[in-house]
Amino acid sequence: MAVAARKASRSDAVPSAVKSRAARKAQSSAQKKGVASFTKEEDLFAYREMLLIRRFEEKAGQMYGMGLIGGFCHLYIGQEAVVVGMQMATKEGDQVITGYRDHGHMLACGMDAKGVMAELTGRRGGYSKGKGGSMHMFSKEKNFYGGHGIVGAQVSLGTGIAFANRYRKNDAVCLTYFGDGAANQGQVYESFNMAELWKLPVVYIIENNRYAMGTAVSRASAQTDFSKRGASFNIPGEQVDGMDVRAVKAAGERAIEWARSGKGPYILEMQTYRYRGHSMSDPAKYRSKDEVQRMREEHDPIEQVRRRLIDQWKLSEDELKAVDAKVREIVNEAAEFATNDPEPDAAELYTDVLR
Amino acid sequence: MPRMTMIEAIRSAIDIAMERDRRVVVFGEDVGYFGGVFRCTAGLQQKYGRTRCFDTPISELGIVGTAIGMAAYGLKPCVEVQFADYVYPAYDQIVSEAARIRYRSNGQFTCPIVIRMPSGGGIFGGQTHSQSPEALFTHVCGLKVVVPSNPRDAKGLLIAAIDDPDPVIFFEPKRLYNGPFDGHHERPVTPWSRHPLGEVDAGHFTVPLGKAEVRRKGDSVTVLAYGTMVYVAEAAAEETGIDAEIIDLRTLLPLDLDCIVESVRKTGRCVVVHEATLTSGFGAELAALVQEHCFYHLEAPVGRVTGWDTPYPHAQEWDYFPGPARVGEALVRAMEA
Ligand SMILES: Cc1ncc(C[n+]2csc(CCOP(=O)(O)OP(=O)(O)O)c2C)c(N)n1
Ligand SMILES: [Mg+2]
Repeated sequence: MAVAARKASRSDAVPSAVKSRAARKAQSSAQKKGVASFTKEEDLFAYREMLLIRRFEEKAGQMYGMGLIGGFCHLYIGQEAVVVGMQMATKEGDQVITGYRDHGHMLACGMDAKGVMAELTGRRGGYSKGKGGSMHMFSKEKNFYGGHGIVGAQVSLGTGIAFANRYRKNDAVCLTYFGDGAANQGQVYESFNMAELWKLPVVYIIENNRYAMGTAVSRASAQTDFSKRGASFNIPGEQVDGMDVRAVKAAGERAIEWARSGKGPYILEMQTYRYRGHSMSDPAKYRSKDEVQRMREEHDPIEQVRRRLIDQWKLSEDELKAVDAKVREIVNEAAEFATNDPEPDAAELYTDVLR
Repeated sequence: MPRMTMIEAIRSAIDIAMERDRRVVVFGEDVGYFGGVFRCTAGLQQKYGRTRCFDTPISELGIVGTAIGMAAYGLKPCVEVQFADYVYPAYDQIVSEAARIRYRSNGQFTCPIVIRMPSGGGIFGGQTHSQSPEALFTHVCGLKVVVPSNPRDAKGLLIAAIDDPDPVIFFEPKRLYNGPFDGHHERPVTPWSRHPLGEVDAGHFTVPLGKAEVRRKGDSVTVLAYGTMVYVAEAAAEETGIDAEIIDLRTLLPLDLDCIVESVRKTGRCVVVHEATLTSGFGAELAALVQEHCFYHLEAPVGRVTGWDTPYPHAQEWDYFPGPARVGEALVRAMEA
């Protein structure tokens, strides 16, 4: 709670020049309510969703260690509240696009854990038949537009998806996720300009987990307040406590409403943290064990909800255990599928290059 | 003589170049503080300070574009693009600016930059960490393109590239960083410390750009290869028992045509191998040159063994990678023709 309040007040410090009047109004009315509270159902939902991501990623880490997954594999552990809170703010038909740290986004979009895990192990039942791997998966059915290994590339694509939404007058908003590191790619600013110029329904969600590989934000960014990155284009932005799923959902609702109502793009800087290494082999010399430990102990997004479920909603140990057991079952089933599913046929190499 | 991995050899080359010439500056993503994701620049920031070896934001276009500007005004940037697969945002700057500044300015301005990038597959990198885009650069006049295959060459070629007055694209086959790789992925890697080409002079030396090296003498068929495929070709010759002459091109631009022509005129047969995709690959250029210069000596069509014309898959890496079995088949075909 204290963190959330501190972070929320930090977003107050965003100079008014950054925001248009309407955006300021939207935000200040939200702030009057304080940190939005969750109903018991919402807390339970968020808990289950975040736990699924956490357990899935832990399992992927183990399977990597066992040699069942090879190559690159970027875990989302620590950042779960961002995608779960945002997803809770969406409505049917909204799209999601992100970079390579994408397993959490796919699970939150409702994609099947089996298909995601089998893609990691490179099996035929994976979302890209094993040909894409951890960074490259899609689901048209779930409105998930990937999964992109090239840092920053998804930002222009998300902007284009938003253009298509407007063109088709379909009322959908494209949630376009990228990292603090990706925020320095040139195409991000080309996209910002177009999005505001054409008032496109896109929410840019900058997941600021403080590092891009081994580079701390302050060593790579002249402006470390990412909510201001759209300032010169008049895109409103705010900083959000990305470890508090309630704050994320509340900010997500403001931003999505803004975009959906035709006012154009909106930027949310999610202040979050990744607990694990950048990918699977990361000596992590760029930060102290202490720093990681402190985040885990004091700000863990799942623990925050778990405490509320116990203290506020009086859930019993058994009820929580039942949720855990259900989540573990999904993850174990996914792991088993991904271990036993056959590899794709060599003939599959040539499919889907062109029609 | 000290033993070095390809990583250590590259680091040693940059170190020596920085030591000898204050105009040399080194930068890229995670290059300074962290020392590079493959550790090729480890320790250089400590030694030369943050103004000469530094980190950049994730901005490939910015990295290359500023390097070109620096070079035009007398510096000698040696920049790293973390993986060759990330170079495309910078492609415009390389093609439109780096390659043409000399021509466009009547030689008043030049562009002495080196753009280093790890390339090639064999590490389960999938489609965005395995590519071999050399042909996108050999097609551009005004660039030099280098692909070393061992620590000794990597060091000598890199020093030569940094010394060079023109822009050099320097590919580092990442599968070779720690040891030669012949495509037999199921076998353990022999480290460079146990390979003769892991012996690298600790001091300053160069391997000239534009000079190929015959890596295996033979009379039956000429194999033109570079990077990882040199070892795959050696394995294929070994396994088929065909007396192949294997040429490690080392530099694609400028190309050592004399070496190629001399060999093919001797053997009368030629197989070109590369990891990159087939269509419009550098192998097409090589095959065209061979037929142009050696047509009356040829006893078989020039063969090509390459990656398939598809993106690099995550699964089926070893179906994709042109390993010794496929190269061996091409050698047999060339001999039977
Ligand atoms: C164009 C491009 N450049 C570089 C890379 C290598 N790379 C992959 S992830 C990464 C760091 C990105 O950091 P950030 O955007 O903060 O996302 P995070 O990993 O923290 O989720 C880099 C440099 C890449 N994949 N694509
Ligand atoms: Mg980051």
